Amino acid sequence: MENGLILQVTDLWVAREGRQILRGVNLAVSRRSIHAVLGLNGSGKSTLAYTLMGSAGYVPIRGQILFEGQDITKHSISERGKLGITLAWQEPARFEGLTVERYLSLGQRQPDIQRVRAALEAVNLDASYLRRFVDESLSGGERKRIELAAVYAMAPKLAILDEPDSGIDTLSLTDIARLIHRLAEEGSTVLLISHRDEVVAIADTASLICEGQIVQTGNPDKVCDRYARCCRPCDRAERVEEEAAYERL
Amino acid sequence: MSDFEQILRAYEESGGNPQFFKSPKVASLVVSGNQVLGANSIPGLTMTAEQLPDGVKARVIVEPGTRVGLPVHLCFGVLPAEGVQRIVSEFEIGAGASVEFIAHCTFPNATHVQHIMEGTIHVGEGATMRYKETHYHGQTGGVEVLPKARVAVDKGGRYFSAFGLSRGRAGKVDFDYEVDVAEDGVAELDAKVMGYGDDEIIVRETIRLNGERARGLAKSRIAVRDRARSEVFGTTEGNAPFARGHVDCVEIVRDQAIARATPLVRVTNDRAQVTHEAAIGTVDKKQLETLMARGLDEELAVDVIIRGMLGE
Repeated sequence: MENGLILQVTDLWVAREGRQILRGVNLAVSRRSIHAVLGLNGSGKSTLAYTLMGSAGYVPIRGQILFEGQDITKHSISERGKLGITLAWQEPARFEGLTVERYLSLGQRQPDIQRVRAALEAVNLDASYLRRFVDESLSGGERKRIELAAVYAMAPKLAILDEPDSGIDTLSLTDIARLIHRLAEEGSTVLLISHRDEVVAIADTASLICEGQIVQTGNPDKVCDRYARCCRPCDRAERVEEEAAYERL
Repeated sequence: MSDFEQILRAYEESGGNPQFFKSPKVASLVVSGNQVLGANSIPGLTMTAEQLPDGVKARVIVEPGTRVGLPVHLCFGVLPAEGVQRIVSEFEIGAGASVEFIAHCTFPNATHVQHIMEGTIHVGEGATMRYKETHYHGQTGGVEVLPKARVAVDKGGRYFSAFGLSRGRAGKVDFDYEVDVAEDGVAELDAKVMGYGDDEIIVRETIRLNGERARGLAKSRIAVRDRARSEVFGTTEGNAPFARGHVDCVEIVRDQAIARATPLVRVTNDRAQVTHEAAIGTVDKKQLETLMARGLDEELAVDVIIRGMLGE
């Protein structure tokens, strides 16, 4: 593994429901950086996120995932979590009877209520939310914020954020950017998955994914520029609602 | 150690605070087997109990308009490994009164214990009654629990019941509550049970919304694993204009366990509305993977999800 890289993905191939979704993805992410993966719906972004996390049903048929130099391609999701990798789902799960305080502390190696409180503050929610339940009583936007707070509370080495801005009003994009920068400043690496170029602008580096392949990596402005000029829904794009495909598993 | 101290010790070991039973300001009742070990009344609330050959007959009367500030504590238990305990209870909640009961039922050593509850409850006009019953069983599965209640809620009255059995083996449970709700009344039944080994769980919740604008919720949360079996019958009837009811059942099944749900809605008035939802299955994949992605092992993640659902 090259110096400074926390994640290195080589020739990653993943098929789902008989269709090839990832077609030889190559990706290198520097430690403590914010790296964005930009692409249209159905381009393979979420499949890449689930595969990196080790989700059931997203087993590579070819390729390798190295995390801090260690081959984690066959690691379970729990093993990856213990190594410090986590994922914030685009549509976070809801948990009946589980308080926000307990939920935020679950990923901590040592209970740290101060960091839990700081996590809530970081997503502009007050301490009264600690006693709320992570269930249907939260709005979609509140649930997304709680999910980002849970990632922050965990202080992961690698945070994979799948469409962190979806379902949150545009004013909150500033809050999300602040949180992501704070994560990186405190030592986390952030892999930001999005189809919106204004979100990608938060990143230090970016990759453009198309038809399950990384077609460009570099400066976010240049990647966004190509995305804006060239990327349109086309017949070649996999017409897969990736979140829905995950739910069907 | 006296019987009183022994039962309170078992109560404390199951998570309760025995100080409540020693305070003259707290209405309480302590029953071990068929022995009434303590019955404390307070102004506006009369607690009486008499011994039966196989249990106790208890009567609780709350005077109209009485607002009972501190929860009433009830402790029922059988300490020997074998025995029968039948609790015949009558609750009379006067008009406009408000009271909360917290009942702990503890059978820590049971190998062959039968615990029968036969309750008759009347919630007067505009009165509110909350009843929370938590069970603590040992690990042998040797308890048979048969709680049965018939409840009448008068105009504008409110009745809330929460039954929890998730500590120790459930054993055999046949929970059977029926509630009749008058005009503007409210009834909520909530049963949460976890079973494993060869446990057998039956939950019957019936709410009849007989008065205009009456509202009801029959809710159950069951988790079974190993070879345990569960069956839920949630029934809500809408029998008056603008009555609103809902049946909500979730059962989580693992291993070779079997769960069944029979939600029944019955509407006899064209302006009433009753809905239902029932979900049976294994632990939700996204919930599970979300917790595993925080570094939890699968078993712990499942435990967190189930215990959350059961309100622990």
